[in-house]
Amino acid sequence: MKTSPPPIAFEELASAVPVRRGQVDPDTWVAHCAAVREGGGRLVALWGADERAHSGNYALHACLAERQGLTWLTLALNDAATSYPSLHAIFPAAARMQRAVRDLLGLQAHDAPDSRPWLRHNAWGEHQFPLRKDFDAATAVGQPDDGYPFVPVSGDGVHEIAVGPVHAGTIEPGHFRFSVVGEKVLRLEERLGYTHKGIEKRFEGLSVEEAAPLAGRISGDSTSAYAWAYAMAVESAAGISLPARGVWLRALLLERERMANHLGDLGALGNDAGLAFGLAQFSRLKENALRANQAIFGHRYAMDAICPGGSAVTLDGAGASRLLHELNVLEDEVRRLKHIYDEHAGLQDRLLTTGRVTPALAAQLGLSGLAGRASGQAWDLRVQFPHAPYDQLDTRMTTHRAGDVAARVTVRMEELLESLRLCRLILHRMPPGPVAVPCRIPPGRRMGVGWVEGWRGEVLVALTLDDDGRIERLHAHDPSWQNWPALEHAIMGNIVPDFPLINKSFNLSYSGHDL
Amino acid sequence: MLHLLRQILRTGIRTDAYPAPDDTMRVRAAQFEAAVLKRFGRAAAIRHVDAGSCNACELEINALNNPYYNLEGLGIHFVASPRHADILLVTGPVSRHMETALKRTYDAMPEPKFVVAAGRCAGDGGVFGTSYACLGGVGDVIPIDVLVPGCPPTPEDLMRGILAAIAPGQGKTAFGSAPTEEGTNGLSPLENLHAHGG
Ligand code: SF4
Repeated sequence: MKTSPPPIAFEELASAVPVRRGQVDPDTWVAHCAAVREGGGRLVALWGADERAHSGNYALHACLAERQGLTWLTLALNDAATSYPSLHAIFPAAARMQRAVRDLLGLQAHDAPDSRPWLRHNAWGEHQFPLRKDFDAATAVGQPDDGYPFVPVSGDGVHEIAVGPVHAGTIEPGHFRFSVVGEKVLRLEERLGYTHKGIEKRFEGLSVEEAAPLAGRISGDSTSAYAWAYAMAVESAAGISLPARGVWLRALLLERERMANHLGDLGALGNDAGLAFGLAQFSRLKENALRANQAIFGHRYAMDAICPGGSAVTLDGAGASRLLHELNVLEDEVRRLKHIYDEHAGLQDRLLTTGRVTPALAAQLGLSGLAGRASGQAWDLRVQFPHAPYDQLDTRMTTHRAGDVAARVTVRMEELLESLRLCRLILHRMPPGPVAVPCRIPPGRRMGVGWVEGWRGEVLVALTLDDDGRIERLHAHDPSWQNWPALEHAIMGNIVPDFPLINKSFNLSYSGHDL
Repeated sequence: MLHLLRQILRTGIRTDAYPAPDDTMRVRAAQFEAAVLKRFGRAAAIRHVDAGSCNACELEINALNNPYYNLEGLGIHFVASPRHADILLVTGPVSRHMETALKRTYDAMPEPKFVVAAGRCAGDGGVFGTSYACLGGVGDVIPIDVLVPGCPPTPEDLMRGILAAIAPGQGKTAFGSAPTEEGTNGLSPLENLHAHGG
């Protein structure tokens, strides 16, 4: 019996996580996405590529999270037909990704509701497409910024407040346009793209070794997550299997990164809610962890410690004991501070019900990572698709249903304690042996994917290597893509002075999003 | 509340000794007389602009306010407007999309003003280089006084660079003591710095 639409011929892709790939036509593109949505799955990433030299076509790619793992769909387009059906009605998160594909490659979602540019401001023109192979990376276009058409909001007593791109505090640049009545926010519109650095173009033509430091600097606060996702993608493409100790070390670094960021955020959130004590305490604990990183891994954020083929750092017995000792001290301190946060009426008053994203809205928007889990979205790659060594660690997932700032604080606190437990477990059980193998790329064009649960959410790297083993296309996807739109909803009905607190409770990446 | 107070007492004061200014980070000679710089004996105000960084430089700038570094203890603090700032601290390569905002911030600052470019990217674009989207280092867009190396620069180096911008020629041995012992002569650490440096 013939089914409609026709089934997709999937092939399994070798990777540390379960991945299948399939070619689709425009109808199956939409039908499969709709079926995934129906089944409770999510859109992870959507991007384009200029593959004309290889196949004569452009390609539109999407990765979807389904129950059995990751599904990577590819839709071929060509110069005669550069448009494709939009996914925004199925996955709202697709809207901005499609606008970015338009800016960078000139592939157009033909029924998309918003035709404004997204990543393009003034660095290149409307009819120039940096990710096409015939666009020279050195091209200096630079044209006057003609102003971005924000959506106007009118009504009695409504006025606009424009903030950014430079902010009062030390945060990344972005623009926020509030429509307010009195102090109350009716609407927030974000404009991002200020930190667009042409990262994906810069990857083109690099060897896998040359590209590693760049991959680790896509979003510096998630350097281990990106470096691991990148390395996993290379190893997936090249069919490299890793020595066990190298993988366990990666998990140690990733959990320490989660710890450090959660410590920093818990302090900053306390501060933004009027408890300066929290900042002083948690920032001190974070600093201790960074100093231990410096002493043991040679870098405060362990940048460049994860490399294709394994880990570039080692850990001896003395280092492991120092880390274990510090983890014990840290756990005592965190438990004390957790108690203080929990009991502090003034603090809880500021956090509870502030900046809410309900589970229903979170599901609709496809909210990812810790912010998703704080709104009832029970996804954590370490739990659902545990690659080594998580397959031996039995990670406990934390979820919450309130979806407010308080819930995002609670999820961080619980995840911090869980990371402490995981680090201890890793230090006790890490097998001996080499930490890396040579990273040899077999000849021929190859594709690979890496998918890692960073502290903020899931980081995906999709990679195509050319015949010479150099990078033809690398797409890096930050979980902030899914979560930035949720911030626009979270602020509605709150007061303007609560924005810094709400924004911080998501703590999204600009650099990782703008690329 | 009791738990909170107990935790404060348990923690005590953790501030490290402040580092000395590092003149080797200067990229151009001091533009102002010692008399003008003396003005910073009380306080200096910093405006930070992320011109396109990967955000790890920001982590280290934020670390400057943790109890170990306690930059504010030196009388140096971050301000929300360029019009109140003496020092412009810039991180990242300058993305083309941030060029205008960076120049506007610089122009809005009153004289005397000092620019501290922090991090390898702020030097020459770093791993991001120069491209259709990146203009390269901060010095390619506005004049800079000091370049702090590192990827990201450590908090100590950020302090050395900031001090080198406003207190050049003070020498490493000239520096005063940590705030735990400071205050005996009634001078702020920055004033001590000037006093010791002659
Ligand atoms: S210098 Fe390093 S840490 Fe700073 S923005 Fe550049 S890559 Fe990131």
